[in-house]
Amino acid sequence: MEKLLLIIKREYLAKVRNKSFIVLTILSPLLIVGMIALIVFLTQINNDEKRTVVVLDESEFFTNEFITTPELSFVDFEGIGVESAKDSVAGLGYYGLLHIPGGNSIDEVAEQIRFYSKGSPSFSVLGPLEARIENKVREEKLRNLGVKPESIDDISSSYEISTSSFTGERSLKGVNEIKAAIGGGLGYLIMMFIIIYGAFVMRSVIEEKTSRIIEVIISSVKPFQLMLGKIIGTSLAGITQFIIWILSAGVLLLVVFTMMGVDPQALQAGTPVSSEAMETLEATTASAETVNLYFREFMKIPWITLFVSFILYFTLGYLIYSSIYAAIGAAVDNETDTQQFMFPVIMPLMLAIYVGFFSVFDNPHGPIAVGFSLFPLTSPIVMLMRLPAGVGPDGVPWWQLITSVLILAASFLAVVWLAARIYRVGILMYGKKASYKEIYKWLKYQ
Amino acid sequence: MEELLVAEHVSKKYGQHLALDDVSIRIPKNSIFGLLGPNGAGKTTLIRIINQITYPDHGKVLFDGEPLERKHIAQIGYLPEERGLYKNMKVGEQAIYLARLKGLSKSDAKKELEYWFDRFGIVDWWHRKVQELSKGMAQKIQFIVTVLHKPKLLIFDEPFSGFDPINANLIKDEILNLQKQGATVIFSTHRMESVEELCEYIALINKSRKILDGKLIDIKRKHKSNTFDIGLELADKDKLRADLDERFTVSDAFFRSVGDELKVRVQLHNGATANDLLEYLSKRALITHFVEVIPTANDIFIQTINED
Repeated sequence: MEKLLLIIKREYLAKVRNKSFIVLTILSPLLIVGMIALIVFLTQINNDEKRTVVVLDESEFFTNEFITTPELSFVDFEGIGVESAKDSVAGLGYYGLLHIPGGNSIDEVAEQIRFYSKGSPSFSVLGPLEARIENKVREEKLRNLGVKPESIDDISSSYEISTSSFTGERSLKGVNEIKAAIGGGLGYLIMMFIIIYGAFVMRSVIEEKTSRIIEVIISSVKPFQLMLGKIIGTSLAGITQFIIWILSAGVLLLVVFTMMGVDPQALQAGTPVSSEAMETLEATTASAETVNLYFREFMKIPWITLFVSFILYFTLGYLIYSSIYAAIGAAVDNETDTQQFMFPVIMPLMLAIYVGFFSVFDNPHGPIAVGFSLFPLTSPIVMLMRLPAGVGPDGVPWWQLITSVLILAASFLAVVWLAARIYRVGILMYGKKASYKEIYKWLKYQ
Repeated sequence: MEELLVAEHVSKKYGQHLALDDVSIRIPKNSIFGLLGPNGAGKTTLIRIINQITYPDHGKVLFDGEPLERKHIAQIGYLPEERGLYKNMKVGEQAIYLARLKGLSKSDAKKELEYWFDRFGIVDWWHRKVQELSKGMAQKIQFIVTVLHKPKLLIFDEPFSGFDPINANLIKDEILNLQKQGATVIFSTHRMESVEELCEYIALINKSRKILDGKLIDIKRKHKSNTFDIGLELADKDKLRADLDERFTVSDAFFRSVGDELKVRVQLHNGATANDLLEYLSKRALITHFVEVIPTANDIFIQTINED
């Protein structure tokens, strides 16, 4: 036990003091924050650029329809021909010219409307124009059918279906997506951690083999102790790095946003979100009842179960994968030889993420979701994606959660045992090209 | 005679390959024991069994009279043939780490280390990283790490590879010094001159089996073949050579001398002794050189392996 602690300490310090590790730890948050700041900055520039469209309206239908907004301003031309209007628009450097010819009916006019611009026009300009014209045409037609102008406003009110669960509670749209995002985020975190720090473990094993120190070490400690110490030490270094990343990225973001004068909450508003989303956002914030509902839904996510499960799945999943990585490291002589073994390791992780995003989000309790959340190599990721929906009758059945954890724990023991056997033999094999067949033979050595 | 280490009927299989076949050795306390054999004979497997890196399928190993256990690793120092150090770690820190893995406390490790660094005059290496050292320098550190915890049993696998002659000598003296202080040494090598110099006992392993062991002197005595290198000065060399050929098994001898005498290697048979030969020769020529041919460790090694 004392030796295990020594090994953990050494592995941790070796990792944490490593120059590339330090550089990565410091630079990553800077890079990420820099990227976000750049995106925000560019979006702001983009928003500041106001486009001006010239309207040459020769009909009587679209008067007062084109009113300047923050994104788009309009200039009216009158009494000149299309050709000279085009020339002056180009000369004045305006974005484009909307030509509405005269006509008897709005249909006829709409048919003839044309937009002229230098290049192909941006959707952010065309969209609003089309929306306005479409609106006007519909209004006009309704009036022709004899609908009173007051009624037209009535008709245009949008409609949203209210949903409710069988037990009678009002359920909310979008909640499932939020829950899925939480689960997906946790699953993704596990996958990234496994891929990054599992590879660290593997590299560290290869380093011990190539530097030939391994035999000196295992004449003092059991190979299993060394493997375990290495895995734990490396993961502690990884957790340290993650915590530094999260803290420093948080602080940096705050600093950068304050400097740039961006209110973090205004961020969403600043990005070109479609007006529909804006409306729902406004609608929801407007209704205190809905806020309350969202809050209740949020609180209904089984945070404690989720947290405990996350720790459990994270630990077991990481230990399973990193011992496989350690065994791979022991089986090869250098990193280039690892390729043939890497794919089968990464595949279940990828599969878990894809299955998660394409199937579990849609149907968190369907057969595919259940299957993959029981299978030990994918369960850490898939089960975490299902869990925010709750545990119990409405969510993941308890038996599934418990079975999944038990299977994972049993596989953990089996995989670590197998990996330790491969590791034990592999670390002393030099110059032998390891094949699956060869490794299978190692398993049978006494 | 008391043994520090006894291996009895040890066998070890790797898959289909039999690495050790019923090997028994006895290593007396405070001796230097040469474990010899060609590449792939099974020496390293035996050494790994002693170090409990791997375990025998059959047979048992006794350390100081007790069955070999985990606790004994603190009393064994092992310098493997495939050796190295963590390249990114500082010398002092690394040596202390390895000593602590052997069970030494931090303060003891530091004290011992300071003694050895002082002895080798390398105190200023303490804070340097291993990758900044030359191969010979790293080997010195490796040697110190092996002996730091004052083990009862020292196992050196090809200890002199990677050393220049001066440092090889230094290490050889240190090994002899450690033996003087009571350590038992197992010494595995192909370099027979160092066996000749250092080893009191040897065991020869070939094709997974032990084919020869015992005290080196006894083995040599057993392998000498009543053969003598002789220098003779006389006028008619060809006549004498012809006479000798009739009576004995004679071949050309090669030794250094200043004259141009007849040099022959003569093997005696049928209980004839050196005295008989001297008597025969003294009447016929002036004897300038008369030495019994004692087989070298190298001769015995090659001869035994070839016969096997």
